[in-house]
Amino acid sequence: MPEPAEELSVSLWRGSAQGRYETYSVPRCESQTVLDVVTYVQRYLDPTLSYRFACRVGMCGSCAMTVNGHPRWTCRTHVAKVADGGRLRIGPLDNLPVIKDLATDMQSFFEKWQQAKGVFAPSLTRAEPMARIRPDSAARVAADAAIECINCGVCYAACDTVRWNAGYLGPAALNRAWTLVNDERDAANPARLSAVAASGGCHSCHSHQSCQEHCPLALNPTASIAGLKRRSTAAYLKGELKA
Amino acid sequence: MNVRLYVWQRATAALMVPFVLVHIAVIFYATHRQMTAADILSRTHGSAAWASFYGLFVAAVSIHASIGVRNILTEWSPLADRTVGWCAVCLGIALALLGFHAVIALVVM
Repeated sequence: MPEPAEELSVSLWRGSAQGRYETYSVPRCESQTVLDVVTYVQRYLDPTLSYRFACRVGMCGSCAMTVNGHPRWTCRTHVAKVADGGRLRIGPLDNLPVIKDLATDMQSFFEKWQQAKGVFAPSLTRAEPMARIRPDSAARVAADAAIECINCGVCYAACDTVRWNAGYLGPAALNRAWTLVNDERDAANPARLSAVAASGGCHSCHSHQSCQEHCPLALNPTASIAGLKRRSTAAYLKGELKA
Repeated sequence: MNVRLYVWQRATAALMVPFVLVHIAVIFYATHRQMTAADILSRTHGSAAWASFYGLFVAAVSIHASIGVRNILTEWSPLADRTVGWCAVCLGIALALLGFHAVIALVVM
């Protein structure tokens, strides 16, 4: 570890729903990420600290936390970008129950993916030839624009509507549904459109755009939700959906 | 909000745009001409056009406002979904009764 240039004052949430912020002093390093800071505390200062991470390279979506008031992927967030006067306040993601310290229970987040029919339903069997999808087709371009979601939960934690309406499916689940609505190989779109057009679905979104503001991959779930609104409204007006 | 309520709220909003503009224009016209209530009522009494205009306006407002309040209660109150639905229906009925009473006063009474 390089020679520390200075000390960071790091407040970490300790406890579950009831708890408090405890402050630690962490050596400042060059190119240090927020996840490095949390890991330092757990390895050198307090081994009872609980948090979640896996890949450390921005692929797995495990390490999202609230950093100085904003949800962020901590493995790709440099301290230099977010430290406010050498201070970091790191808590669990909002809108999810806290298991312990910085680890949240993501069950409701993933259950909403299921509710939004976020699972691919093949229209062909493996005995049939592969579907030929033009990469430049409008549907594929729309799906590709939203496909890189890593399920980190940052958009879900940033969403005001999720905070106000526990039944709202949330930006990630609806963004996933939009990719499948645009997947020509998928066979479940009537059921999927019904699911996202029901109470708590895409029409509950207020288009505050916090999801796209905070998405670490610069995706735009608000645009995906707007697409679902258009598609499901058209289907409803044609009598293809019951509400 | 589901797609049915969404369509009703957007449709009534679109309907209200010209209604609000005409209503404001009428207010400016009446105040500019310094018309009294008697002057206004003399022009609206027996008018099927004004009855239709304000009748549709009241219907659109009642539907639009009750759906909007339903959303606000869903997000900001601890009430159950069913209770919220009934609150919205009651509000819509109250707005419609008050509004249609005013329309009747304008064109009939």
